[in-house]
Amino acid sequence: MERILFYILALSMVGFAIAAVSSRKMLRSVIYLLFVLVGVAGLFFLIDYNFLAAIQLTVYAGGIIVLIIFSVLLVHHIELKLEMAKPKRRILTGILCLLGIGVFISTIYSHSFDVVGEHTTTLTSDIGKRLLSVEDGGFILPFEVISVLLLAAMIGAIIIAKGKKLNEKTKDLP
Amino acid sequence: MVLNISNSLREWLSTMMPETTAHILEMVIIALIYLGIFSIAGLFLVLMERRVAAWFQLRIGPNRVGYQGLLQTIADALKLVSKELTGTERADKFLYNLAPYFVIISSLMALGLIPFTENFQAFDINIGIFFLIAISSIGVIGILLGGWASNNKYSLIGAMRSGVQTISYELSVGLSLLTMIVLTGSLQLSEIVEVQKNGWLIVQGHIPAIIAFMIFIIAGTAETNRAPFDMVEAESELGAGFHTEYSGMKFAYFFLAEFINMFIIAAIATTVFFGAWLSPFGITESLPWLGIFWFLLKTLALVFLMMWFRWTFPRLRVDQLLTLEWKYLLPINLVNIVIMAWVVWQNLTIQI
Repeated sequence: MERILFYILALSMVGFAIAAVSSRKMLRSVIYLLFVLVGVAGLFFLIDYNFLAAIQLTVYAGGIIVLIIFSVLLVHHIELKLEMAKPKRRILTGILCLLGIGVFISTIYSHSFDVVGEHTTTLTSDIGKRLLSVEDGGFILPFEVISVLLLAAMIGAIIIAKGKKLNEKTKDLP
Repeated sequence: MVLNISNSLREWLSTMMPETTAHILEMVIIALIYLGIFSIAGLFLVLMERRVAAWFQLRIGPNRVGYQGLLQTIADALKLVSKELTGTERADKFLYNLAPYFVIISSLMALGLIPFTENFQAFDINIGIFFLIAISSIGVIGILLGGWASNNKYSLIGAMRSGVQTISYELSVGLSLLTMIVLTGSLQLSEIVEVQKNGWLIVQGHIPAIIAFMIFIIAGTAETNRAPFDMVEAESELGAGFHTEYSGMKFAYFFLAEFINMFIIAAIATTVFFGAWLSPFGITESLPWLGIFWFLLKTLALVFLMMWFRWTFPRLRVDQLLTLEWKYLLPINLVNIVIMAWVVWQNLTIQI
């Protein structure tokens, strides 16, 4: 049962990923990308990582894809189509992609993976405690570093968006 | 799956066929039951909206088809099914047809998480509330797609407004629910109900809980794109907004999903603030099957409140809408979480 579900998910993800890069309509590519990301969330559900699956849905499907759609809506007209690359470049990209896949597959198959029969669901309280623990294996440092980084990104975005206005206002001040 | 009905169904099915087939058939049957609930609840809510609107305007409302107009919306649905499906020229047909399903699927998935009674809940996942928020963030994609793929500028403007609105108000919905999570200590919906056996959360959390409830209802009304936050489909400015170009059953999908989303927001508020299927003061504790009655009573009361908003407040402008969210609701919400954390830390909650 789970095996069948896994193959359905994996095949549809591969199919949609190829469709996303080969579609000539921009918004359709974004939607194919959305299906790939939802497929990743499905894989997380399959191995009982519910929290990670929900994060995947909120952050990628609900957040990033909506932002991409938003920017497509602002700049792209429905009748525009993306240009196709020249055949030479397409062949080159294809060869490079195959090379990348080769590297990945050879790395994956050179290791032997243990099959875990019994998997337990990670509870949210455990994740929270681990994120805030200062002991061995705790994630307090990366957690704090990421929050500072996000704060810096937000301030940067505000400065870029309001840059000119801020300068003009400060010009009048003594 | 915690459905008791589902367990007996599974046993009965597995006596007749191999386990995998029985499992798949069981899932299909449950999905069909939820689809039935979805359509019947949607149609009934449309009728309720019309009757309530009529009541506020001193009219009678639909009262000819069936007893007191009970069959009116079913007749409307039959009319919509038989209508021609039209579309605009040079529209992106694939996305145009796909858009309603995003809206429908996201609200149907959310419906599966709601605990109607102790045993009647299809999917009691341990991250319940968080999963609900995650699912509801996907529905807006359908609106954005529908607006863009229609190749109509009013649709596009409606979709853009909807995007801005939903992205902003999602924060308030999430944070106001987070305030209550501080109190319950669990994201699982069945455990949230369990905690409320010592008093509904709105009583347990007193002042911060009431503030959180008010923010949740305001933001929830905005999330469902209902008046006074219905700039997405402001009739006087945009035709019908993002679904201007939809007709027949595809329009009905958007319409039903809007009403079901209203029901879901009310149901989440019932579950998190008003004790879901628990009866007030435990008066019918010995009769657990009455849970569905209490749940629907509370939910429909909240739905009525949202309909009341619609006929009371004038529509906001876009800038007023964003000011309300970013300058008022969000800061109040953040302060409220700190107050709630302090209340829980000092054990100032009211336990009955």
